[in-house]
Amino acid sequence: MNTWLASIPREFFWLFGSLVALLAIASGAAAWLRSRPAGEKKAASRANLVARINAWWVMVAILAVAFLAGSTVTLILFGLASFFALREFVTLTPSNPGDRLPLSLSFFVVLPLQFVLIGLHRYGLFAIFIPVWAFLLLPSIAAMRSDVDDFLSRSAKQQWGLMVTVYSLSHAPALLMLDIPGAAGRDALLLFYLLLVVQMSDVMQYVFGKLFGRTKIAPVVSPSKTVEGFVGGGIAATLIGAAMWWITPFTPLVSGVISGVIVVMGFLGGLTLSAVKRSLGAKDWGVMIEGHGGMLDRTDSICFAAPVFFHIVRFFYT
Amino acid sequence: MRPTGVLLVGVVKLLVGAYGRWIGSAPGPAQRIYFANHTSHIDTLAIWSALPRSLRRSTHPVAALDYWGKGLKRYIATQALGAVLIDRSRQDPNADPLDPLRIALRAGDSLIIFPEGTRGASAVPAPFRQGLFKLAAEFPAAELIPVYLDNLHRSLPKGAHLPVPMVCTVRFGAPLARIEAEGRDAFLVRARDAVIGLSSQAA
Repeated sequence: MNTWLASIPREFFWLFGSLVALLAIASGAAAWLRSRPAGEKKAASRANLVARINAWWVMVAILAVAFLAGSTVTLILFGLASFFALREFVTLTPSNPGDRLPLSLSFFVVLPLQFVLIGLHRYGLFAIFIPVWAFLLLPSIAAMRSDVDDFLSRSAKQQWGLMVTVYSLSHAPALLMLDIPGAAGRDALLLFYLLLVVQMSDVMQYVFGKLFGRTKIAPVVSPSKTVEGFVGGGIAATLIGAAMWWITPFTPLVSGVISGVIVVMGFLGGLTLSAVKRSLGAKDWGVMIEGHGGMLDRTDSICFAAPVFFHIVRFFYT
Repeated sequence: MRPTGVLLVGVVKLLVGAYGRWIGSAPGPAQRIYFANHTSHIDTLAIWSALPRSLRRSTHPVAALDYWGKGLKRYIATQALGAVLIDRSRQDPNADPLDPLRIALRAGDSLIIFPEGTRGASAVPAPFRQGLFKLAAEFPAAELIPVYLDNLHRSLPKGAHLPVPMVCTVRFGAPLARIEAEGRDAFLVRARDAVIGLSSQAA
């Protein structure tokens, strides 16, 4: 028990403690806000705020459990997140009877294997399993059904779903298999860092957008994204990331640069998946997390930020 | 709820979500006959999973004896779900296949039935069979709740063995009004329209 506790970096407890304190303040403030009289529109946006904070509590609780319980539990949790994200994607993607087998294989074989490979620390196969094996074999299986209606369009959509929801997302827990010299046992903090910067960026962009948002970046794709929100929120999140350098192998300056990259990639992820979503004719991806639309609405930024962050760290620090 | 039931509900929620949407009625203890479109083997489980836990014990799915009557399937149907088995093929020509349903209704419990009698392949249900009309006439106090199952015909269509995980919703509509001296056919058409009417509702 004592050695187990000792194996967890001290920084984790600091982080976790401050997050809980922050959330407690946020929940208190939201409760106070809700107790004040308000019009219908204001009441709705306050209810939305409370739902967002509550979902954060859930995420922090899950993170704490994952980190204290070790990498297997973390992998299972991310595997489930991936499963739900793929489920949302497949629900909105048109499919033919000929796609049933490749789709089932995606859920029940490809997805679990991708996460098992991380657990086994098989980086080589992890990196090529979906882009090479799944990418070539799944459409081949569909082709054997000789159903050519919209074949390219159907397989392209399914491949995209697999790449984003499984391959990209799996790069977040893949941080756990990096062996950074001099930082043994601290990989989980890198994962924490990634999630924190991504989520902070989302929240800050939302707040700055609500306060100062005027110029829409892409009105058709994502009406809520504004230049002011992105710049203000992005800079705030980058500064928060820079200030978190002490849990990473980075210097404060490098931490700021890397946070900036995470912010930009996260933003692009939100924007691009929003375009995908709208082209499939939906506003929200699903009903998974209260107030957050769906699993993909919550993880879209991580899907784009995780692979880039993973490769930056792997290239420069291992 | 029995452990098998808890496990089943967990698996169903994982695979197809089975999110309940109450449009025009609310979950409650009143006696009800839920009637739904039927497209997959998960339908029964999906409706049952979408009901609040407190209502599951007193709500019995009606399942076909020829499919659910043997082995593991019988165990799941009767032990975990408390299903009432109906003999669609009328092995005993003198018995009324609806009798097991009447017993459950007389006890004050609720039923989940699929008035098409068999699974269809499309999003729109086939014409309803007369069982629903008979039960509605014999048990005037039971609320008739139309239910529409969305997306399950894509997740596990007839002939498929493995479901493709998808987000499926279970929409519960407003109770079907009873019209004095309404004929059987008119009633069945109206009941079917009530189910179809839920399919175009925004999720």
